[in-house]
Amino acid sequence: MTPYIVLSAVLFVIGATTVLVRRGAIVAFMGIELMLNAANLAFVAFARQNGDLNGQVIAFFVMVVAAAEVVVGLAIIVSLFRARRTVSVDDENLLRH
Amino acid sequence: MTHTVALVTAATEVAAAPATGAIALMPLVVAIPLTSAAILLLAGRRSDRWGHLLGVATPIAGFAIALAGLIDMLGHPADGRSFTAVLFTWIPDSPGGLAVEAAMRIDPLSLSFVLLVTFVGALIHIYSIAYMAHDADRRRFFAYLNLFVAAMCLLVLADSFAVLFVGWEGVGLASYLLIGFWNRRTQYAVAAKKAFIANRIGDVGLLVAMGLMVANFGTLDFAGVFAEAGEASTGLATAIGLALLLAACGKSAQFPLQSWLGDAMAGPTPVSALIHAATMVTAGVYLVVRSLPIYVQAPTARLVVVIVGAITLVFGAVVGAAKDDMKKVLAASTMSQIGYMMLAAGLGPVGAAFAIMHLLTHGFFKAGLFLGAGSVMHAMGDQVDARRFGALRRAMPITWVTFMAGWLAILGVPPFAGFWSKDRIIEAAFVGDGAAPWVFGTVALLGAGMTAFYMSRLFFMVFQGKARWTDDAHPHEPSPLMTGPMIVLAVGSVALGWVLSATGFTGWLAPVIGPADHGDPVLHVPVITVATLVLVAAGVALAWRMYAARPVPVLPPPGGRLVRAARADLYQDAVNNELLVKPGGAVVTAAAATDTYVVDGAVRGVAWLAVAVGRVVRLVQNGYVRSYAATMVAGVIVLVAVVLAWRV
Repeated sequence: MTPYIVLSAVLFVIGATTVLVRRGAIVAFMGIELMLNAANLAFVAFARQNGDLNGQVIAFFVMVVAAAEVVVGLAIIVSLFRARRTVSVDDENLLRH
Repeated sequence: MTHTVALVTAATEVAAAPATGAIALMPLVVAIPLTSAAILLLAGRRSDRWGHLLGVATPIAGFAIALAGLIDMLGHPADGRSFTAVLFTWIPDSPGGLAVEAAMRIDPLSLSFVLLVTFVGALIHIYSIAYMAHDADRRRFFAYLNLFVAAMCLLVLADSFAVLFVGWEGVGLASYLLIGFWNRRTQYAVAAKKAFIANRIGDVGLLVAMGLMVANFGTLDFAGVFAEAGEASTGLATAIGLALLLAACGKSAQFPLQSWLGDAMAGPTPVSALIHAATMVTAGVYLVVRSLPIYVQAPTARLVVVIVGAITLVFGAVVGAAKDDMKKVLAASTMSQIGYMMLAAGLGPVGAAFAIMHLLTHGFFKAGLFLGAGSVMHAMGDQVDARRFGALRRAMPITWVTFMAGWLAILGVPPFAGFWSKDRIIEAAFVGDGAAPWVFGTVALLGAGMTAFYMSRLFFMVFQGKARWTDDAHPHEPSPLMTGPMIVLAVGSVALGWVLSATGFTGWLAPVIGPADHGDPVLHVPVITVATLVLVAAGVALAWRMYAARPVPVLPPPGGRLVRAARADLYQDAVNNELLVKPGGAVVTAAAATDTYVVDGAVRGVAWLAVAVGRVVRLVQNGYVRSYAATMVAGVIVLVAVVLAWRV
């Protein structure tokens, strides 16, 4: 049991660090996916341990929502790149002003 | 004294009959000049051509009505000469119980005043036609003079303190407007403001007195107040008496509110003659005499009135003896003579009738002196420095003779007017027990000598000696429009005292202020009269030696300490400045500083705080997605830490 949770935590920390540290929108996006999958792993692991299918069901939900999110997120990133010729999240500050 | 109390109370309780006949017309004495003033002010430049004629006609009409009223009143028995004319209900009877009728009281006292105001007023209006002939604003001048006559008549005809107060404020307003008539000169405008403010301080006294009356008597009518005053406690009567005295001091330029009168000479000379010599400044004496039933209950308040009168008497005489400005000498002399009247009024029934008699004779001779001064100024190109006159008796014989009549009258030389009234005041000052009659009698006696000195000094400097004119002076007698009133007033200065004494003026006033209680002076009457005349003669002789026998220097000599103090009005302005203006200024500065630093500081502080908080919090909203994400992570970590800590 413990290795699954440790792997899940390590994956989550890697994902979070990626989001915090990297400027590129695509890489940060990948960090988010990584965190989602770390959470999925934790769900599945606990579902298995408790013999309860709910965790596995939620993992499926997360996958579906993540797939939808990827579609929308990538579309946003592509259109951002078209408009501004950059995908650095630090340069995307239109709403700030 | 007990029997005089009874007499005065009885006298005021004589029921006032409704006015009939010519007496019922008396409200017109107020209404006519008031209407005229309104017409002249509202019609503006359209009435420039005929404005002065309308202005002159109204006091003459007023005098005619008052004269008809006098004849009518003389037809009634002595104890039935108080009349009231109710105009309208001013304050209807309210749950609080205070009802005020706008009513007029026509009795011998108020009628005497109305006759004085309208007669002297009419003469001065006539004089002003010529005196103000070259002033572009002559119509406005007449409008203000009419306003003054209306307000003054309302003041003396009022049947309650509330109506009196309206007239009281009206004369204050007219005085302010007329002192500052030539307000192109800042100095004159400042003088007007000074008079107005000094008068306001006095008005506070009148308001306090009225407040005390409403609170304790529940009425402001003369009849009601005086009936209640008979049973009032001494403390209450003293409080009301002192508050009324404050009002009288402001209006009559008595110590310590006297500083405005000298500066009030900034107004045109006819104004000084009418308002600041003959009528308005005597309103304080009227107030004290009218309120005699209150003062009868308050010996302390009466004593204070006498002391104030005595101080002012000497004060005015000292100032008058040192001034070189002709009008300021006359102003100081007015102050001093009103001091005599206040002294007499404060003596109670012994002197009140003579206070009014002196007020009437003074109204004539002082107005005459001022008109003479105006005539001299007119002839000498508005010069007022008496050191620049001299030898005017040949150039202006009519002015010389009329001025001489006024001079002899104010000196109290028999048989001129002042003798009959002032001598009786000095006698009355010697009546009483203990040290008081000796002190006040001596002051009044010495005052007569000082009056003789400073008035003779002025007379000799102006009319006798050698000519010390400036090169551009071409003295000449003014037009008959100016000499006419001067001659009439001179005749009054000669004869009025004798006429009033011979016709029993004190008996005429008796129904209002009680019979003139003779009392026995502590000295024999002939001794007092002789002493007065000796002192007057000494004053004249001294003035002759110093200012007629010897040449008068054109530039004032440096003089001793007293002379310099008197030239500076005995430092009254400096004292006021230190005692009142500076602390007042400090309070204002403190209030302004409080506003700037505390009130505004609080408002600005709140704004600054918002900005400062914003400046710090803004740093969080930096627009970097990663920074927001970091915040979220930090928040999650904190939450997890809290939850774990909770569980453990």
